[in-house]
Amino acid sequence: MAQVPAIEVSGLKKKYGDIQAVDGTSFSVDEGEVFSLLGPNGAGKTTTIEILEGLRNKDSGTAKVLGLDPWESGYELHKRIGVIPQGFKFLDYPTPREALSYYGALFGRKVDPDELLRRVILDDASNVWFQNLSGGQKQKLGMALSLVNDPQVVFLDEPTTGLDPQARRAVWEVVRKLKDEGRTVMLTTHYLEEAEELADRVAIMKHGKIVAMGTTAEIESKFGSGQRMVVKGGDDLLKYLRESTRLHAEGGAGSITIFLRDKSDAMVALGAIEESGAAWEDLTVRRDSLEDVFLKLVGEGGSIEKGVE
Amino acid sequence: MGFSLSRMVSDLKIYGKSSLRSREGFFFTLVFPIILILLFGAIFSGGGASQSTVYVQNHDTGPVGATFISALNSTSNYCSTSSGAGLCMRPVPADLNFSQYLSSKSASDGIIIPANFSLAFESGQKVNVTVFGNPSSTASAVVSGIVAEVVNGFNLHGATGVHQVGITPRTAVSSNYKYIDFLVPGLVGFAALTSPMFAMVNISSTYRRDKVFKLLSLTPLTKTEWLLSKIIWYVGTTAVSFMLMAAVGVYAFGAHIALNWGIGIFLVLGPFFFVSLGMLVGSVSNTPEAASVVGNLVTFPMMFLSGTFFPVSSMPKYLQGIAHVLPLYYMIDGLNEVMIYGNFGAAYFDMAVLLGISVVVFALAVRFFRWRED
Ligand SMILES: Nc1ncnc2c1ncn2[C@@H]1O[C@H](COP(=O)(O)OP(=O)(O)O)[C@@H](O)[C@H]1O
Ligand SMILES: [Mg+2]
Repeated sequence: MAQVPAIEVSGLKKKYGDIQAVDGTSFSVDEGEVFSLLGPNGAGKTTTIEILEGLRNKDSGTAKVLGLDPWESGYELHKRIGVIPQGFKFLDYPTPREALSYYGALFGRKVDPDELLRRVILDDASNVWFQNLSGGQKQKLGMALSLVNDPQVVFLDEPTTGLDPQARRAVWEVVRKLKDEGRTVMLTTHYLEEAEELADRVAIMKHGKIVAMGTTAEIESKFGSGQRMVVKGGDDLLKYLRESTRLHAEGGAGSITIFLRDKSDAMVALGAIEESGAAWEDLTVRRDSLEDVFLKLVGEGGSIEKGVE
Repeated sequence: MGFSLSRMVSDLKIYGKSSLRSREGFFFTLVFPIILILLFGAIFSGGGASQSTVYVQNHDTGPVGATFISALNSTSNYCSTSSGAGLCMRPVPADLNFSQYLSSKSASDGIIIPANFSLAFESGQKVNVTVFGNPSSTASAVVSGIVAEVVNGFNLHGATGVHQVGITPRTAVSSNYKYIDFLVPGLVGFAALTSPMFAMVNISSTYRRDKVFKLLSLTPLTKTEWLLSKIIWYVGTTAVSFMLMAAVGVYAFGAHIALNWGIGIFLVLGPFFFVSLGMLVGSVSNTPEAASVVGNLVTFPMMFLSGTFFPVSSMPKYLQGIAHVLPLYYMIDGLNEVMIYGNFGAAYFDMAVLLGISVVVFALAVRFFRWRED
């Protein structure tokens, strides 16, 4: 059986006045996959995901979810997808239990609110007014609501922004459950760790364009500059490395990073450190991490957050 | 898509619960109407009892008519004192049509002394004075009592000692309405305007800001179902406001109110129109600030010029002209017609106007308010 992608996007564009919020993005998400759009604020993540949810019209390109055009066939599609908008809010006064019964009635489904609340680990707050729920509890209610219609695809727009680490972990746990249940999940985040933790595949987005896409390992090997040697040492060592070798070295705050293109670079670097006569310690060699790639692709000024941990 | 009653009812239930749990919702539905009627009722009813004017027309050219009038005056003439209950006798020129004069003054109490009064009295014949009154008005009862007393005195001291003078009672075409009578329909209109308008303008911007509309658009709930549920809710709150205000008006201030099905029609049409209008204002405004400004521009003139606190007929002519283009005027005028005058002919016109503009504004609101964005 040929795999039909759950989400398929190609050449998608959206402009607000002068701002090209989405600038020709293409990607596809397989059924059962967790796919993450990772990018700084203003990258165009929300615009992209809202187009896929049928909440916004695109300017050009194609977008298909479960084979449907989200804008044209929104009414059909909405029966089969679950959505939590960025900064999810509900009416102030209903309790989670009431909200779920309401949602169930709208979808014409018999739901067991308590069962859903258990699934998102919110059964302890089932009778608290929405306005009195914590940020994490609100987000979990959003997840429970998005599950009322037993959706095939779930869209989560920055589900953990503003949550404390504990609440974030709880949300992650629910996302993993969604995947275990075989649902396709598309989530946006500006927390690198979240994408690494949850996603099968990641697309890094900047200024409306996807600048890197694949599994974390693929992105690291494709966009990483390979191996790097990190050593603790002073400015004298950095100066020596720069003057006596052709290696690219950066340093500051007592730590020097030497970028290695191949194995012989490593030998040259070790030799130079030894020859310099400068003091050094704690020498390590490691691959570029997703974080390194992300910083390189998106830039230090891109307001990236590493996640609180 | 179709229309689903059960979806609408679910939406009504959750909205109603939310409204009652919110302090503002509770206050504006249950407390505010009572405060309004107590406040205005107390300010304008001057402690309860009021003064009634009695118009007296003397056709008699002889001395007895004049004596009769001075007897009336000496019994009960309080024109000069502004406070307390009492009657104020005012003469009416003999050449005027008395019934017309009374209705032109919106009065129901009056006395006519016939042309042959002195002649008949002095020659020992029977003669009647005519007393106009509204059978259901306490003021009219007081007037009849006083006239009867004076008549009694005349009969005792008359030439023959027999009952020469009698009373011909007549029902006046117009009755003497009190301010409180107009206040109840006016304030019911006020409640039907303010509570839905402010709620809907506010909802239309906060739901957009908080993406609640987007959330709802992801469910099978339709905009029509959603808007209808709001209308039903505010029809309910307006009905509750009506009952509270009518009860306070009647029991605390002695307002005269006729209860009939016509009131029900206006209690439905008013909120139907103002919920739709509030939603339309919120939908065509790009920002919450704009929505609130436009909402106030629409609401405030109506709040004061539609007969809410003062009957429109007591306002200067040019303001009356303005009142006639304000939708709330038709609700309050209609309520006045059915609750006070019992004039259904005029009320049908008000109903037709309200129904017409409500259907148009409802359709525009459904059309212009969008769950999602282009
Ligand atoms: N409704 C809108 N009107 C105008 N500009 C918008 C609107 N929504 C988003 N933008 C702009 O489009 C760009 C992308 O925004 P968004 O899709 O929200 O990015 P992200 O979710 O990655 O933070 C930003 O520059 C943002 O300011
Ligand atoms: Mg966003």
